Amino acid sequence: MKLTGSQIVTECLIEQGVTDVFGYPGGQVLNIYDALYKAGDRINHILTAHEQGAAHAADGYARATGKVGVVIATSGPGATNLVTGIANAMLDSVAMVAITGNVPTHLIGKDSFQEIDITGVTLPITKHNYFVKDINDLAPCLREAFQLAKSGRPGPVLVDIPKDVQLAVTEFTPEGVVPRLPERKSRDKRVEEAVKLINECERPYIYVGGGAGSRDMAEDVKALCEKIDGCIGSSFMGLSLIDSDYESFLGMQGMHGHYASSMANKSADLIIGIGVRFSDRATGNTAKYCKGAKIIQLDVDRAEINKNIMVDVALVGDLKDSLSRILNAVEKKERPEWKAEIEELKKEESLIEKENLGNARGLHPKYIFDAINKHKSADTVVATDVGQHQMWAAQFTRFEKSRKFISSGGLGTMGYGMGAAIGSAIGTGERTVLITGDGSFGMNLNELATAVTYNVPLTIVLLNNGVLGMVHQWQNLFFGKRYSNSVLDRRTDFVKLAEAFGAKGVRTDNAEDFEKLFSESMKSEGVTLIEVLINEDEFVLPMLPPGGSIDDIIVSIPKEDN
Amino acid sequence: MSRRYVIAVYVDNKPGVLTRVSSMFTRRAFNIDTLTVGEIENPAYSRITISLSGDEYTKNQIVAQLNKLHNVQKVKVLADESAIRRELMIIKMKNNPHNRAEIMAAAEVYKGKIIDYSVETISVEVTGEPVKIDAFIELMKPLGILEMCRTGIVAIERGSETMFSQEI
Ligand SMILES: Cc1ncc(C[n+]2csc(CCOP(=O)(O)OP(=O)(O)O)c2C)c(N)n1
Ligand SMILES: [Mg+2]
Repeated sequence: MKLTGSQIVTECLIEQGVTDVFGYPGGQVLNIYDALYKAGDRINHILTAHEQGAAHAADGYARATGKVGVVIATSGPGATNLVTGIANAMLDSVAMVAITGNVPTHLIGKDSFQEIDITGVTLPITKHNYFVKDINDLAPCLREAFQLAKSGRPGPVLVDIPKDVQLAVTEFTPEGVVPRLPERKSRDKRVEEAVKLINECERPYIYVGGGAGSRDMAEDVKALCEKIDGCIGSSFMGLSLIDSDYESFLGMQGMHGHYASSMANKSADLIIGIGVRFSDRATGNTAKYCKGAKIIQLDVDRAEINKNIMVDVALVGDLKDSLSRILNAVEKKERPEWKAEIEELKKEESLIEKENLGNARGLHPKYIFDAINKHKSADTVVATDVGQHQMWAAQFTRFEKSRKFISSGGLGTMGYGMGAAIGSAIGTGERTVLITGDGSFGMNLNELATAVTYNVPLTIVLLNNGVLGMVHQWQNLFFGKRYSNSVLDRRTDFVKLAEAFGAKGVRTDNAEDFEKLFSESMKSEGVTLIEVLINEDEFVLPMLPPGGSIDDIIVSIPKEDN
Repeated sequence: MSRRYVIAVYVDNKPGVLTRVSSMFTRRAFNIDTLTVGEIENPAYSRITISLSGDEYTKNQIVAQLNKLHNVQKVKVLADESAIRRELMIIKMKNNPHNRAEIMAAAEVYKGKIIDYSVETISVEVTGEPVKIDAFIELMKPLGILEMCRTGIVAIERGSETMFSQEI
């Protein structure tokens, strides 16, 4: 059939199995929006308050569902508003397709109204991008965009379509959903080498990251852990893959990691990294990272091997394939001494936690998360913004299923949370809980309007400490308490604000009330914002100081010291 | 340990591909010495030749990151021993009775060609290994260089070795 470019965009999305797209209209995408309007019974469009929110929503949607997230924006400012959202998806390897309109090809390069070279702008923050000049390239580009976004190491792909291409007409034949490109397989020799290292080791630490998460590898990882009697730790991005109650799971390691996990990582004689990039936040000073250990790295991205740290054996290729071949060949072995050492670390960890609760300046956030854990379900997604509240969420939220923790890891984008939580709630149809801070919330709180309009099931827990807490903590510890521009001192009434947007708003300063309010909100409809007042001097601990290593870990800070 | 590497890359012959490659170098803070690009026997591809001095880590990262680019089809590090490397230079010199003979003599020894001659200038074309070009420039420096340009390195391997003869 003969279709216009705009219709081809819509039909390609539908053909690729897309049911929901996020976006914002404008001059150079009017035709695409017209096509979406006409296809309204087959594809759902969510209008956000800002294109950044739409990009984060597409990202949150992708993380929660495992599908490709889609965002649409107009040329110029619409396109540039996507930039942070695209970068965020890039650094966390999230499958996303961004579609932008542009001025007609004859106006390209003339600084025309709302003309921006968005493929140029997004070159370093996309897996790939396309500027479609010929209508006959449109469908192939869109299909390839979906394929690239989800294949190998996932990531964002942008397709920029000038207005005249949207208007042009060509033959279109619907096709099926494009498959992921086949992955290369690791060499047998590497598998043998890895198996040998595992058989010979005494203290194995399986270290899972976002790569293992996006391939839903919980069962594979646990099977290995049981066979070799090891323990599992995760990077920030690997959280929620393994259920918190799983006995050998020690939680996140790294800068604000769980104590037992970071210490076991240090003490291990073998690290088996699965889909991790050994980021600087996880390793601290790489010169001192795991010096006594051998390291095996499994990754689908060749470029991650030996990038941040040098490894002993690398398995490049499909993670599931690499892991299952190791699992089949490795010796079943008990390692009771290692297990005993881990039990000791766990005991130390609970003592440290007690001490930190004792040092609390006010209502310790742990109690808020206790209530959240009690009243959320196994299917509840917990999304966050960026700052102390994010790290507390990472430390204290208990997860039972994978894809339930959605947070900006690589880019650390304040303002990510609102969009991401909306995307997650729309994608899963389940109530999502957003943990945010007063600073981060201020960045994209306009998306409250979106959440209310679409009656999105969303509970927002705003940990209001009156400060840019994470910055404040660094200034407290490393800048002689010179709180340069980190004290917010705002007069915002968040309860009234929520109400003004048409959401429910409540406030509390204690754990009992919070539990009541939270459990009520979990049973209610629509959007509730719960503001929780906490002390501005609460610390996120443990902490590895910047540039430090695990030997410099700060586990607690007595009240009288501060 | 720092070494010189020559990397040959086959990329899709499409607009913007060179930008993608060079943008990756900037973003990853890789320093390269020269980059040349041109068509090959198959019009679907172009060949980019990159030369750099760096350690093995940098070289490996460059190869891995190049391979990740969607429009990059093949990357090969040319073995130092077997790579024939060539560069072309055009240099414009002042022409006067004091240096004329010396320029001509040097050009002859270096198998250069006089490609332009005017009352005030002599232009010489020299082709060869980059070190040979460097040496020629050294000779010219005291004689008054007005302008010069170099193409950067192109390279190919000796014998039956080709871009696709071996998997990497
Ligand atoms: C867009 C953006 N700007 C600045 C920062 C730097 N930054 C990291 S955490 C933080 C403070 C966050 O404050 P808030 O949201 O109130 O969270 P809190 O730490 O108080 O829990 C800042 C400014 C960032 N990560 N992202
Ligand atoms: Mg705050």
